[in-house]
Amino acid sequence: MQGTQHEQLERSWGHFKKYKPLVKELVSRDLKVKYRRSFLGYVWSVLNPLLMMLLQSLIFSFMFRNDIPNFPLYLICGNTLFTFFNESTNMGLTSIIFNGTLIKKVYIPKFIFPLSRVVSSFVTMWFSFAAILLVMVFTRAPFYWTILLCWVPLLFLFLFSCGMAMALSALTVYFRDMQHLYSILTLGWMYATPLFYPLEQLPAFMQRLMKFNPMYHYVNMFRNLVMYGNIPGPNTWFACIVSAVGMMAIGLVVFRKLQRNFILYI
Amino acid sequence: MGAENIIDVEHVSMRFNLAQEKTETLKEYLVKLAKHTLSFNEFYALKDVSFSVKPGESVALIGRNGSGKSTMLKVIAGVMYPTTGTVTVRGDIAPMIELGAGFDLDLTARENVYLNGAVLGYDRAYMEEHFKNIIDFAELWDFVDVPVKNFSSGMVARLGFAIATEVSAPLLVVDEVLSVGDFMFQQKCHDRLNKMLEQGTTLLFVSHDSGLVKSLCKRAVWLDHGVKRGDGPSEEVCNAYEAAMRAGEM
Repeated sequence: MQGTQHEQLERSWGHFKKYKPLVKELVSRDLKVKYRRSFLGYVWSVLNPLLMMLLQSLIFSFMFRNDIPNFPLYLICGNTLFTFFNESTNMGLTSIIFNGTLIKKVYIPKFIFPLSRVVSSFVTMWFSFAAILLVMVFTRAPFYWTILLCWVPLLFLFLFSCGMAMALSALTVYFRDMQHLYSILTLGWMYATPLFYPLEQLPAFMQRLMKFNPMYHYVNMFRNLVMYGNIPGPNTWFACIVSAVGMMAIGLVVFRKLQRNFILYI
Repeated sequence: MGAENIIDVEHVSMRFNLAQEKTETLKEYLVKLAKHTLSFNEFYALKDVSFSVKPGESVALIGRNGSGKSTMLKVIAGVMYPTTGTVTVRGDIAPMIELGAGFDLDLTARENVYLNGAVLGYDRAYMEEHFKNIIDFAELWDFVDVPVKNFSSGMVARLGFAIATEVSAPLLVVDEVLSVGDFMFQQKCHDRLNKMLEQGTTLLFVSHDSGLVKSLCKRAVWLDHGVKRGDGPSEEVCNAYEAAMRAGEM
């Protein structure tokens, strides 16, 4: 039994190695196609979060009062992470049905499709990271050494998004309604995450509920490292690791269970 | 069932549930439920088919439309899983069931060569090495940096064929490839397939054109409504197939 399990693991690893170039090509395709024929091209990846941040700071500084120090930076930190999550899972969700023709004709390990979508969003997010640095320079925010650790919450978020994208892409094959349902869900999720309001503004019971929102923990860890120069306490670490690894495991299990019959439904 | 076979197909059946596939929305489902038509409409695309292929053999699957040829190919390529029975494929396989599957129409020919190569499991360095040969064979040097969506269907097929046959897989699986492209290119494809066969590539070829099968493959397997009806030298099997067609019995 152990032997076969070992063999299986080896085969999966072999697969992964064989199809690594494919992930690379799919990611570079996504990036190329995304900005093809647009005049500014990749500049949009930096410009977009900046403009979004400007718009939101205007709205939330003048229309609704808040007393968050360096609000533009606060906003763009949260937005960058949430935009990545939103984009990667939404693109991952349709990745299997959009690649239906390919799946019907060539044998490819199918998890490659949601994975490559998440990876391409992840790459785009690093462009947005340049926007964060720009905002930091412009607002004369202090640079702490902890900013060097900012990849840690991003890695957790990456795992979480991968798990999410895999589960969603598999479920969407069977229930096409997921597409419509999920866009509502992410909208609600965005409001339920303190992106443009401080956690302390919420009533006490909602603050307790927030502990169950993984996005809150990733954003919180990221802001602590980038804006405040803090390394967050063990509770945040625990929440981040458990939610990221847990979601990845759920995604893998759901995907493995459902992928056998994809072909009959796409 | 010796280990030396490159493909072993053992008692493979493939069942589709037609009713289940057609019910896609809740409304349809409720209507069918009310009408009591939500019965299981089972359909066997393949019924207990067995055969095996040795390395270096050129085998054709022949049969009319809907006889289960393409389903068989999909099962062998690992795209579909058989309902019962097993399929064992030893060694790498270039499972191009359709040429140009995996092309992204927005990308140029050059970018698609790398993408398609990656779909077949080859990295950029390997494809770069073979890039010149591929474009030479496809005769597409004038259009290397043009998006594939602006290509004619013959050009797309040429590029697909060039990629699939340039990468050196021991087993090539092709479905109705030679029906596209002009006469000159068909001849070229034909020559290349013959050359690959001489070099020991195993070919699994699907067609309903028995003339082509006779000239390209030594052996043929005849499928009729999902059942294996003949297996042997392509000349014999094709003649029997043609005779049955002429008798109008199918």
